[in-house]
Amino acid sequence: MSLIVPVIADLFAQGKEPDILFWVGSAGSFDDRAKKITRAFVKILNKANVNFAVLGTEESSSGDAAKRAGNEFLFQMQAITNIEVMNMYNVKKIVTACPHSFNTIKNEYPELGGNYEVFHHTQFIQQLVENGELDLSNAKLDAATITFHDPCYLGRANNEYDAPRFLLKALGGTNLVEMKRSKKDSLCCGAGGAQMFKEPEKGTMDVNDLRTQDALETNPNVIATGCPFCNTMLTDGIKNKKKEAEVQVKDVAELVAEALGL
Amino acid sequence: MQYIPNLIFALLLVAGVYFFVGNVKRIIRNIKLGKDVDRSDQKSERWANMARIALGQSKMVRRPVSGLLHIIVYAGFIIINVEVLEIILDGLLGTHRLFLPILGNGFYGFLIGTFEVLALLVLVAVIVFWIRRNVIKIKRFLNKEMTGWPKNDGNFILYFEMVLMSLFLIMNATDAHLQAAGIGNIVSQFIAPLFSGISPEGLHTIERVSWWIHITGILVFLNYLYYSKHLHILLAFPNTFYANLKAKGQFSNNKNVTKEVQLMMDPNADPYAAPAEDEGEPEKFGASDVTDLNWVQLMNAYTCTECGRCTSVCPANLTGKELSPRAIMMKTRDRLQEVGKNIEANNGTFQDDGKQLLGDDYITQEEIWACTSCNACVEECPVNIDPLSIIMDMRQYLVMEQSAAPQELNAMMQNVENNGAPWPYSQMDRLNWVNEE
Repeated sequence: MSLIVPVIADLFAQGKEPDILFWVGSAGSFDDRAKKITRAFVKILNKANVNFAVLGTEESSSGDAAKRAGNEFLFQMQAITNIEVMNMYNVKKIVTACPHSFNTIKNEYPELGGNYEVFHHTQFIQQLVENGELDLSNAKLDAATITFHDPCYLGRANNEYDAPRFLLKALGGTNLVEMKRSKKDSLCCGAGGAQMFKEPEKGTMDVNDLRTQDALETNPNVIATGCPFCNTMLTDGIKNKKKEAEVQVKDVAELVAEALGL
Repeated sequence: MQYIPNLIFALLLVAGVYFFVGNVKRIIRNIKLGKDVDRSDQKSERWANMARIALGQSKMVRRPVSGLLHIIVYAGFIIINVEVLEIILDGLLGTHRLFLPILGNGFYGFLIGTFEVLALLVLVAVIVFWIRRNVIKIKRFLNKEMTGWPKNDGNFILYFEMVLMSLFLIMNATDAHLQAAGIGNIVSQFIAPLFSGISPEGLHTIERVSWWIHITGILVFLNYLYYSKHLHILLAFPNTFYANLKAKGQFSNNKNVTKEVQLMMDPNADPYAAPAEDEGEPEKFGASDVTDLNWVQLMNAYTCTECGRCTSVCPANLTGKELSPRAIMMKTRDRLQEVGKNIEANNGTFQDDGKQLLGDDYITQEEIWACTSCNACVEECPVNIDPLSIIMDMRQYLVMEQSAAPQELNAMMQNVENNGAPWPYSQMDRLNWVNEE
């Protein structure tokens, strides 16, 4: 299925404006695994006929990793550049499938001149369902036991625990099982704070392996999450445990798209 | 001659309060060494937080066993202090149970009965706390920062409370009038038989000695606070009031950096313009010592009671890394105390001692780089301490002042600078995913 992905500059050239900007993020644009999540989310946007656009080649790193690595200068350079581009296109609403972009654009951009209504993709899909723009009544997965891993930058950082669970529960044929550490008490996957881009410090084990243990204790077929970095970390964790034949790591958007047969 | 006990008591009280006030002033002076941060907004939400979290202990009960026991000790501590008021007045006026005739046997008995039950509950709770620390050996009390003074401190506080509660009950048990009249002696009536063979004079002596040690103990404990992790009984209130109210994921934007970035990006700015005359020292980015932190972060350090709930949920610590959020707070306080003493020894100005909070003496780079910024420690703290903000300020110092980031992070940042992504892919390829199945 070919995707319809309008680029904001093209829309502007035609005198049109999108209702919402889809911020793809660096991982969603370049990471092979995350690109599948990006595509799944676009399928949902297309299915619901959402008037969206992407920045395309005008998008640049949100600056989250730079800021959390301590490079405030680089972060603000990125933020202010991105804000200039988005303000030029009169962007008002943003949706992203990356909790790190979500957090920094929602919380840290306003002081620098970027004021937008920002949604995590699970929040946005929930809205589509609640507004009747996306029908999940026939959405069905094959008998799957799913456990959801809360991304830190969606959960504790922004207090959103319900949207992804709302969607997972709305899918037929699934059974949502919580890990012992979940929601506020969730354990990090190990990627945040720019850890994604470096080797961990010396320790007794890696954080992603510990979190994978938590997930495997629920005997899931699927570990669902809502963050490209969590996805990578848990996928690696599953490989380390040699469980890749039995357990899959999927983004909530991928599961929704799959259940809709998209 | 008959006023000598009153005089001794008054002197004891004045000395106790005098030294306590001195310690409070030291704490305030040290906290004010921190940088300014505005936390004067959203007053009603701040009061509500203080009421819910400090007064109402809402975050304590997230761990039900220690939470419930803590509430007992906390309620006991506050309510039994009503009795301390009578003790102080008795001491000053030379009276004995001043409130008894005023309140009458019934109501006074009810109060004393309540205090006795609470004292017993506190005693039991404190013994359970001691067992948790020393017999069951709960993991969070055994981390490597909990050796030496911090470990002893934890136990000393428990011994203090055990002794004070026992003295309170013994004092009542040996009060012949109270026992004979059966005024509120709900618990002490079972202790009284232990003293049955003793003469009335001997009983009176035990009662007096208990009374004196009890009140002296309270005054000593008041002054012990400054040297101990136990300051949270006071600082939990301002600490929850002034805590960050923003989303936990929102890290503050450095205003000085904003100025520089805006100047850089302003097409009309003259890059060769001489800096304005009155600019002074360029602002230091991030934090390498306690004086670079803000006053709320420093207050956090004094508030920390080393319970270790933060460390017990820290992903880095759980996987054996050097980082412990509790140790970050403890080291910040230790360094702040050291700086405070330095200022006192040098007539009010700090003399460089060649040490910093960030470095081999206190917090190491290895600890700072192990953090995933997941906010578990912040979420978990029963009094809203924020170790993460200190870690992030230190990263900022390491990167922006020292260029001392781990090599892989330098590579990541170089990529962001060069091609707008943390990986070395061209910005022109950002849309390639559209046509990749």
